[in-house]
Amino acid sequence: MLAFLRKQKYLIDYTLASLLRRKGKNVGLLTVYTLIVFMLASVMLFAHGLRHEAGLVLQSTPEIIVQRMQAGRHAMIPAEYLQRIGRMRGVTKKEGRLWGYYYDSAVKANYTVMTGGQTDAVLSEIAIGSGIARVRGLAIGDYLTLRSQSGDAFSFKITAVLDTESELVSADLLLMAPGAFRHVFGTEEGLYTDLVLSVRNPREVSKVAEKLAKLLPDTRLITREEILRTYDAVFSWRQGVVFILLVGAVLAFVIFAWDKASGLSAEERREIGVLKAIGWETADIMRMKFWEGAIISLTAFLIGYVAAYVHVFFASASLFEPVLKGWSVLYPRFRLTPSVDGLQAATLFFFSVLPYIVATIVPIWRTSITDPDAVMR
Amino acid sequence: MRKSNVFLVSLFLLLLGFVITLVDAGVRQHQAASKHESGIALVRQFGLTDLALFTEARYTRHLSQADFHSAFQDHPMAFEHFPTGSLVPPPLRMR
Repeated sequence: MLAFLRKQKYLIDYTLASLLRRKGKNVGLLTVYTLIVFMLASVMLFAHGLRHEAGLVLQSTPEIIVQRMQAGRHAMIPAEYLQRIGRMRGVTKKEGRLWGYYYDSAVKANYTVMTGGQTDAVLSEIAIGSGIARVRGLAIGDYLTLRSQSGDAFSFKITAVLDTESELVSADLLLMAPGAFRHVFGTEEGLYTDLVLSVRNPREVSKVAEKLAKLLPDTRLITREEILRTYDAVFSWRQGVVFILLVGAVLAFVIFAWDKASGLSAEERREIGVLKAIGWETADIMRMKFWEGAIISLTAFLIGYVAAYVHVFFASASLFEPVLKGWSVLYPRFRLTPSVDGLQAATLFFFSVLPYIVATIVPIWRTSITDPDAVMR
Repeated sequence: MRKSNVFLVSLFLLLLGFVITLVDAGVRQHQAASKHESGIALVRQFGLTDLALFTEARYTRHLSQADFHSAFQDHPMAFEHFPTGSLVPPPLRMR
């Protein structure tokens, strides 16, 4: 056993010396290889982290949302729809919600205005998300002026800035009293943006939704399960889109690596010939080449993967921010909770390390079974 | 120091780094329970449905509330023109 290990160490010594003889070429290959693994692993970890975070945070989203549609557009829903729903088996709570969007032309950003449903909230007070506080430079005690539907300006005192820990869902939130909402947006009493229903037993949700669809044909229903599935699909899709964008780079690398690994240069052929002539066996040459492939691909995988982990979970995936941001002025500052999917990491390993090792060994095997004299000529 | 020793030590350190990422993920996930509490509480209290990742248009801000029309309803024959729109698919129930 010890002799075997010693032999492998000598082989590694020889392989490293041989790699260092062509330093420029091999360092270039290692750099490109590492970058490719880094990009793929970053996308994979980021998408998985976001999917995990969305699934966790949105777990307590409403079971059923009822929205009224008119001519293919969302319309305000009258409060009497709550009476029309009446008492329905399995529904534990039903209420109207008021929410909407406010475009702030000062910073060209969209805010999401929400009301908590509490009737005793002070009309002139609001709470804002930390994204808004950052963009507008506001703090507790400052005033924020909103222009109402009728053109009048309303000043609200900021009584709270929402926790930065919850920024992923609250960066652009503006929470106000229902009365203030009706003033600013000119929403009449008796109208709501939509209705939310709580259903105790998750297995009854689809049945309740089915009954509601019959009872209120001008509405559409959104269930919690659909919301969660939508987010799951969104990040898989994004991951897919980025992977497609990377396909060009990956293919270029595959051609480069294949050419480097499988096309033996005259110099390498001669080297094999010399080794065979001085008594190396075919198996030794194959082992040496295995180490060559393993040294490059394992190093590239490990450096690329660890760097991607640091990039995504410690540097907040800063390289992806421009892509995710789009035209959004308000962008949440969030640090994802690390979540590694073992299967994905294993897939990345098998697709990045194994092909390279195989690509290095096969042509060597072909060369090393031929006569040294023929190879050296 | 022999080249093979340098390589094996480096490989060991890199492997250690890899294992540390797995351990770190486990530990931080455990600690994150309290970090998520405020977000979960907000979601429950206000019935929030979406992440504030793409705030540029309302159908990307509230992706799960969007429908096929919302991306095109600025005017008749309107095109969907927000960058995020090209990267996010319509909600699942629409497909």
